[in-house]
Amino acid sequence: MGKSILYDSTLCVGCKECESACAGRWGLPYGEKTAAEEKLSAHKLTTIVARGEHFSRRLCMHCAEPACASVCPVGALEKTALGPVVYDASRCMGCRYCMTACPFQVPAYEWDSRLPRVRKCDMCFEKQQSGQPTACAGACPTGATICGDRDALLAEAQRRLAEKRDQYYPRIYGLREAGGTSVLFLAAVPFEQLGLKSNLPPEPMPALTWGVLSHVPDVVSVGSVLLGGIWWITNRRDEVAAAEGTGRRS
Amino acid sequence: MTRALPRLTVWRSIFAVLALAGLYATYVRVMYGLGGSTNLNDRFPWGIWVGFDVLCGVGLAAGGFTLVAVVHIFNIEHYKPILRPAILTAFLGYVLVVVALMFDLGRPDRIWHPLVMWNPHSVMFEVAWCVTLYSTVLALEFAPAVFEKFGLDGPLRSLKAISVPLMIAGVILSTLHQSSLGSLYLIVPHKLYALWYTPLLPLLFYISAIAVGLAMTIFESWHSSRAFGRQLELPLLASMARVLAVVLAVYLALRYLDLLHRGALRLLLENRTETWLFGLEISLLLLPMLLLFRAHVRRSPAALYACAVMVIFGFIANRLNVSLTGMEAASGTRYIPKWPEIAVTLGIVALGFAIFRVVAQYFPIFEEPVSGVDREVETSERELVGVG
Repeated sequence: MGKSILYDSTLCVGCKECESACAGRWGLPYGEKTAAEEKLSAHKLTTIVARGEHFSRRLCMHCAEPACASVCPVGALEKTALGPVVYDASRCMGCRYCMTACPFQVPAYEWDSRLPRVRKCDMCFEKQQSGQPTACAGACPTGATICGDRDALLAEAQRRLAEKRDQYYPRIYGLREAGGTSVLFLAAVPFEQLGLKSNLPPEPMPALTWGVLSHVPDVVSVGSVLLGGIWWITNRRDEVAAAEGTGRRS
Repeated sequence: MTRALPRLTVWRSIFAVLALAGLYATYVRVMYGLGGSTNLNDRFPWGIWVGFDVLCGVGLAAGGFTLVAVVHIFNIEHYKPILRPAILTAFLGYVLVVVALMFDLGRPDRIWHPLVMWNPHSVMFEVAWCVTLYSTVLALEFAPAVFEKFGLDGPLRSLKAISVPLMIAGVILSTLHQSSLGSLYLIVPHKLYALWYTPLLPLLFYISAIAVGLAMTIFESWHSSRAFGRQLELPLLASMARVLAVVLAVYLALRYLDLLHRGALRLLLENRTETWLFGLEISLLLLPMLLLFRAHVRRSPAALYACAVMVIFGFIANRLNVSLTGMEAASGTRYIPKWPEIAVTLGIVALGFAIFRVVAQYFPIFEEPVSGVDREVETSERELVGVG
C-alpha cells in the first residue's frame, strides 16, 4: 500500500539533520532557535523529541485511512495512492476540523498569517513520485529514518525485532494504530514513554462518522414520506370534519 | 414621531457598548489574524466561536423547525400565534451563525467552497449544505411576513403553493444538521472526555436541540410580550412547557443510561473540573424538568420564564462542555478565550436581539396588531428597561 517511512528510535542519535533537511525542502528558516523547539508547528513540520536517553520523531503519520481527509469539508486533504497524505491549500477555507480530528495532533496552522494555511509533512510527495527518497530519509546519517515501500519496511522492521529481541520493545507503532499508518516506529521502550499515543483504536477513525453519515439518504427518504404522510392525515381529518359540518376539532 | 436622536435607555447603551467593542474586535481579527485575536493554538484549534457561536447558535435557533413541525405538519394550529417569532428567531440565528463563521474561518473569503468542492464523507460538508439550504428555507418561511407588510399578494400565493414541501424540507434539514453537530465529535474518541463522548452524540444533540427550541420559544414570547405590551399566550406556553418537560425527561434518561452502559458513571466520583461542569450542566436541565412537571409552576409566567432560562443555560453548558471542557484535558493546554473572542460573541448576540426587536416592530410578526404606535413605543421602552 504505497510508500512509507520507518523511524527506528534505537538508531537515532538526535542530530536533527532530518529537521534541517525538512525545513530546506519547505523553504522554512532553520536556526538554533527552531532546532530547540520540540513542538510541531507551521514552521516546523518534523521534530526530534528527546525523552531521557531515547529519541523520538514527530511527523505526519500518513494514516491508511486518515481522519483529516475524511473530515475536510472541501477535500483539501487527500490520501494518495502513492501513500502520502497531501494538502491542497487552494481549496482550504480554514475550518481547522482536520486539526481537531487528527488522532496524532499533527496539522499545524499559520495562526499569525492573514491568509493562513494548514501545514504538515507530505512525505515529500513530489520527490517520491520521481522515485527519490524523502528529504529526512536522505539526510539521516545513521539510517534511523529510511523510506521505501510499506511492505518492505514492515518486513525490515519485523526482521530487526526478531534478530535483536533484547534491543527492542516488541511492537511496531503504526501497524494498527488508527487503522494503520504509512509511518512506522520502532523503539527500545514502550511507545508511550516516547510520548506517542497508545490509546488509539485499531479501527480507522473515518468509520466512526461514516456510520452516521451513510444514513443521511435514509433520513431524507423515510423522513419525507413520514412527515408528508402525517401532514396528509392531520389535514385530511380537518377537511373531513369541515365537510361533515362538525367544525374544527379542538 | 421622528426624533433627532433616539432616546437613551439602559438597553440601548448596553447595545452601543457591545456593538463598539465588537467592531474593535473585528478590526483586531482582520488586521492581526486568528493568532492576534484568539487564544487558539495547534493543540486547541476550536474555541468559543465554534463552541458557542456555532454550536449554541444553531441549537438556539431550533425553535423554528420544532414549531413548524408542530403547527403545520402535526396541524396543532393553536400554537400558530408563536410560530412567526420562532421562525424569525431561527432565521436570525442562522444568519448570525454565518457571521460568526466569517470570524472563525481562517479564510472567510472561501466560505462557499463546500458548495462546489464536495466531500460527502465529511460531517462538516453535510452541515455546510444543510445550513445553507435551511437558511434559504427559513427565508422563504419568513417571507410571507414581508409580503403581507407590502401587500404583495402574487408572491404570497406562490409561496403558499410550495409551503408544505418547503416545511417538510426544513424539518428534515434541521434533523440532519442538528444531529450532525453532535456527529462532528464522533471522530475524537481519544480527545473528548468520557462523560461526553458517546456514539449517541448525534441523537443527544438532536433531542436537546428540540428541548432548547421549545425553551427559546417560551423565552422570546415572554420578552416580546413585555417589550410590545402584549398579553402573554400563557395557556399555549404552559402546554408547551409540559412537552418540554417530557423531552427533557427523555433526554436525561438517555444520558443516564448511556453513562451507565459505557461504565462512565464512576467518573462522577473524581474531583476534576469536568465533573463539576458536568454537574452544572445536568442540574440546569434536571431542575427545570422537575419544576415543569408541576402544573402550578407552568401557570406562573415568572416560574415558566425562569425554567426556560435554566434550560437555555443548561443547553449552552452542554455545548461548551462538549467543545471546550471535554477537549481540554487531552489537548494538554488550557484555553481561556481572548477578549476579542468574547467581544465578537457578545456583539453578535446583541446584534441578534436588536434586529429581532426592529423587525418585530415593523413587520407583522405577532398575530394581533398592537393598538396605537405611540403607546406601543412608550410601553416597549419602559418595559425594556425593566427586563432582566
